[in-house]
Amino acid sequence: MKSWQQFWRQLFLFGLLALTLTGCGIQELSALKPQGPVAAMQFDLMKLSFSIMIGVFIVVILILTYVLIRYRKRPGQEGIPKQVEGSHTLEILWTAIPFLLLIIMAIPTVTTGFALSKEYDNKEALQVNVTAHQFWWEFEYPDLGVATAQDLVLPVGKKVQFTLNSADVIHAFWIPALGGKIDTNPGLENKMWLQADRTGTFYGKCAELCGASHALMDFKVEVMEQADFDKWAQKMKTVQSADPKKATASAAEGQAIFEKSCLGCHAVAGKGGKLGPNLTNFADRMRVAGIKPNERKYLEEWLKDPQKMKPGNNMPNLNLSDDQVNALVDYLYTLSVKDEVKDENKQ
Amino acid sequence: MATHHVHAVLPDEPEKATLEGKNKILGFWLFLGGETVLFGSLFATFIALRDQTNGGPSSQQLFDMPLVAIATLLLLTSSLTSVFAVLAMHKKNLKQVQAWLTVTVLLGLGFLGLEIYEFMHYYHEGHKISSSAFGSAFYTLVGFHGGHVLFGILWIVTLQLAAVKKGLTVVTAPKFYVASLYWHFIDVVWVFIFTVVYLMGMIGGKVG
Amino acid sequence: MSAHASHAPKRSGLWDWLTTVDHKKIAILYLIAGGLFFLAGGIEALLIRLQLMYPELSVVGAKTFNELITMHGTTMIFLAVMPVIFALMNAVVPLQIGARDVAFPFVNALGFWLFFFGGVLLNTSWFLGGAPDAGWTSYTTLALNQFSGRGIDFYVLGLQIAGLGTLIGGINFLVTIINMRAPGMTFMRMPLFTWTSFVTSGLILFAFPAITVGLVLLMFDRLFGGNFFNPDAGGNILIWQHLFWIFGHPEVYILILPAFGIISEVVSTFSKKRLFGYSSMVFATALIGFLGFMVWAHHMFTTGMGPIANTLFGLATMLIAVPTGIKIFNWLFTMWGGQIRFTTANLFAVGFIPTFTIGGMTGVMLAIPPADYQYHDSYFVVAHFHYVIVGGLVFGLFAGLYYWWPKMFGKMLNETLGKWNFWTFFVGFHLTFFPQHFLGLMGMPRRVFTYLAGQGLELGNFISTIGVFGMSIGTILFLVNVAVTAKSGKRAPADPWDGRTLEWSIPSPPPEYNFAQTPLVRGLDALWVEKMAGNKGMTPAEPLGSIHMPSGSFLPFVMSVGLFIAGFGFMYHNYVVVVIGLAINFACMLLRSLTDDPGYHIEPDEIEEKGVKA
Repeated sequence: MKSWQQFWRQLFLFGLLALTLTGCGIQELSALKPQGPVAAMQFDLMKLSFSIMIGVFIVVILILTYVLIRYRKRPGQEGIPKQVEGSHTLEILWTAIPFLLLIIMAIPTVTTGFALSKEYDNKEALQVNVTAHQFWWEFEYPDLGVATAQDLVLPVGKKVQFTLNSADVIHAFWIPALGGKIDTNPGLENKMWLQADRTGTFYGKCAELCGASHALMDFKVEVMEQADFDKWAQKMKTVQSADPKKATASAAEGQAIFEKSCLGCHAVAGKGGKLGPNLTNFADRMRVAGIKPNERKYLEEWLKDPQKMKPGNNMPNLNLSDDQVNALVDYLYTLSVKDEVKDENKQ
Repeated sequence: MATHHVHAVLPDEPEKATLEGKNKILGFWLFLGGETVLFGSLFATFIALRDQTNGGPSSQQLFDMPLVAIATLLLLTSSLTSVFAVLAMHKKNLKQVQAWLTVTVLLGLGFLGLEIYEFMHYYHEGHKISSSAFGSAFYTLVGFHGGHVLFGILWIVTLQLAAVKKGLTVVTAPKFYVASLYWHFIDVVWVFIFTVVYLMGMIGGKVG
Repeated sequence: MSAHASHAPKRSGLWDWLTTVDHKKIAILYLIAGGLFFLAGGIEALLIRLQLMYPELSVVGAKTFNELITMHGTTMIFLAVMPVIFALMNAVVPLQIGARDVAFPFVNALGFWLFFFGGVLLNTSWFLGGAPDAGWTSYTTLALNQFSGRGIDFYVLGLQIAGLGTLIGGINFLVTIINMRAPGMTFMRMPLFTWTSFVTSGLILFAFPAITVGLVLLMFDRLFGGNFFNPDAGGNILIWQHLFWIFGHPEVYILILPAFGIISEVVSTFSKKRLFGYSSMVFATALIGFLGFMVWAHHMFTTGMGPIANTLFGLATMLIAVPTGIKIFNWLFTMWGGQIRFTTANLFAVGFIPTFTIGGMTGVMLAIPPADYQYHDSYFVVAHFHYVIVGGLVFGLFAGLYYWWPKMFGKMLNETLGKWNFWTFFVGFHLTFFPQHFLGLMGMPRRVFTYLAGQGLELGNFISTIGVFGMSIGTILFLVNVAVTAKSGKRAPADPWDGRTLEWSIPSPPPEYNFAQTPLVRGLDALWVEKMAGNKGMTPAEPLGSIHMPSGSFLPFVMSVGLFIAGFGFMYHNYVVVVIGLAINFACMLLRSLTDDPGYHIEPDEIEEKGVKA
């Protein structure tokens, strides 16, 4: 049948088109553009297995196409084809060859599997404790005495040993550009290491259905030079309260509201509860609620109705007046540990 | 050989005389295969959770071995008496069948009574389905078995009553046979429960 | 056999369908019920894809989306494809082995009604406070009371009841195939669809009890304060995942093996050749069934089982590629040297081969644990299992339906509409799911109700949604085909496709007793053997005589209603209702045990009259 050939040609072209149009995704997110050794090792395994499989597929397609053209019933064709029982040679062949191909894949599977599960102690690696919550991420650096949320800050070129847990349901911690995921299990601890080979921003996601806002449980990874990281950690540890340089009357009012209504759940500079994200460096964060750009209007929108932006999350609606929201936003944008508050956050 | 008029035409192994009978027996064996997976899963769950007492009493503190040993004895004996019932069926002696099954049922009731007493005792010591993962796993596994015993008793009694009217035929014989298979299965499961839950529970901690 | 009532009791209309124990009618019941649930699951899928057509859409809300994905998965697996498989098994297996009925006709009917009422119970959740929303896998702790609503109770009890029906259905087919084969029908002469049904039934028997236990534990945690999955009281969340996948992975093979059987029958018939490597096909089927139980933990590579367990389960999974590869090449070489006719059934079978090969390829890729850390729970996995379940199983079911429709209903389906059905569905399918491989690798997790703009995910999602329309049109064309041919279609002859197996030796649709005389089987492809020997039909193995048939019964229906009622009682903690429901159920069991079914007889003169060969 001619349409068969046509169809496959079209499918192939379509696939090629789709690939070239989208590239392989964006480098902040895609597993196809590895940015560290773990993702690279995993990508190597993908390429190896994909090449072998595509080889098998081509063989199947070639035989199928040949058979469908050569042995289609022709008009007026009579007689009965030879009833073949089988062929030992062929059957042994297509049992043995796949087996050999599997062995080729099995060897790197084993070696990579063990390499990725190696654990590093604090002399070799930066230790980070990850606790997943509905629907945000808590990051703690036990050796540095620093806690933050949503934006994971890491030094470049250094192994990071993660210890992961969950406060409620199962989530999965996934930074595709840096490496594969692992589940965060309530009541059971998991370990994983990653490393970023260049500075910049990467996107992290929750990969296990965890409730209504599973899709919105994003986080960011900010990778910086070791010196910058050290400076950041130092500042996070020592920062006392809002940056006085940026303190305005409105921000002071906001701080009062915060200390009355928010501190029970959100910590700033070591004071406050742990039920919600730590906000010590909120003004430096890239996103509001993990998803929207960290801009005034989105922050206001969030404070006015948290359920609208992120359904099912645990933040109550505080029923704040517009003035109160305004003051609170002013205060929150003073919470920074960077010398220069990023301008693009503040439009 | 007691040769009652009706039984005279009954073949030697009446349970396998018809295709329906053979189907029933094969189907039941397969069903027991499924039941094995069911209890296997319950055992695996119990083993995974048996040390998770959540501050409640542990198996060493709870279990009353003499009581469990008596219960075990009752159930093992009842398995034997159900064998006698099937042997009597092969001799085509309905009276003996009924007698042995009655003994089986009474022993089963005895077992069940002891189990209920045991559960109530544990409950008062604070060992509940909701008190810990160990509690949940214990009552589910042992309770599932107890439920099987209860169903078996009701089933056998039903067959006994039906046989009073219908007698021993190629239709009733497979039913008796299958019920006795079921009863043996319950017995085997109990042997595992006795070992895994009770014996291992008494030396628990050291082995687990 | 003693003398019984010897006339066929006349039942008509609805009452006949509610009380039937005839495997051919039960097959039609399964097909209708499964078809309706298939449409429900399809509409859910359509809504899912509409929501994901563009970034940050709000066609449905986040919670509704989670309900849709949960119900789509649960419905499709348990309530749509399983029953359609059971429909074909019921319609075909007894005919292929030369039997007059299944081993347990009453149990067969009970199995159907349990499945049906379990499915109805699950779907009533939409109207009673919200459908389950923790995914078809319902992982704990998300599926516990603290984190989800009443919907999960519907999931637990609905699946429990439906699963019970499937389990007894499996036992029924095992006994039927072991005990009811016609003289000469040895195991190694059984058609491959019967073989795959046999292995599938075995898998059902050993896999379903695991989910039964899992559901019981979840029910205890949710309804009776149990602590199996509550980490605060010593529970362990992974127990659910193990039990679910000890069932869930064999379930994949429960689904796909019958499709392998269908493809084997269809490819062989329409190539006019016997199946290439029959023995190795049987061996591969059994091996896949066996290995299917050894690999469940490959769904759990990212739970943190450690490198040793991950590697072992990964390598075991890869091994399944070998018997699967054997099957693919055997099909190709069945066609080699044949005279291939491109009927709709065969188009679906031929379309199955490359599509399923892609699903198998990604399956091997997924079996590599370190790489799976990237694939897991991403759209790559969504693409993979849809290639296997839709591209494999649903293509197989369409092939089977087009192939056996004349036998089941006595009407030929329209081939032109059929070809349109194939091409729209086929193109739509690949359009929908091919881009999803890339979406997953580009960082899109599965089960997300939306995605943000600017992350490179827009194009793939848009194409994927467009593809769904193709699949929808294909499905609608099938329904149109059924409706049109039911009204004015051509009557089917006994053997429309130049068939090779026993079902084509009797009229379409077959009389209620199937075979007037039990046939004598003299080789693989029993009918083909007779055709080659120059015979018109099968050689009978017995003289024409009175045929004993089982009576219909209303009890299976009532028993299932009893459990349905008890299910509601459990959910709403109303133990009076529980007792009433269970009492109905046990009363029926008692009644069944106490009353012997005398059945009825069909006498030779009635057989002559009805059993005229087409």
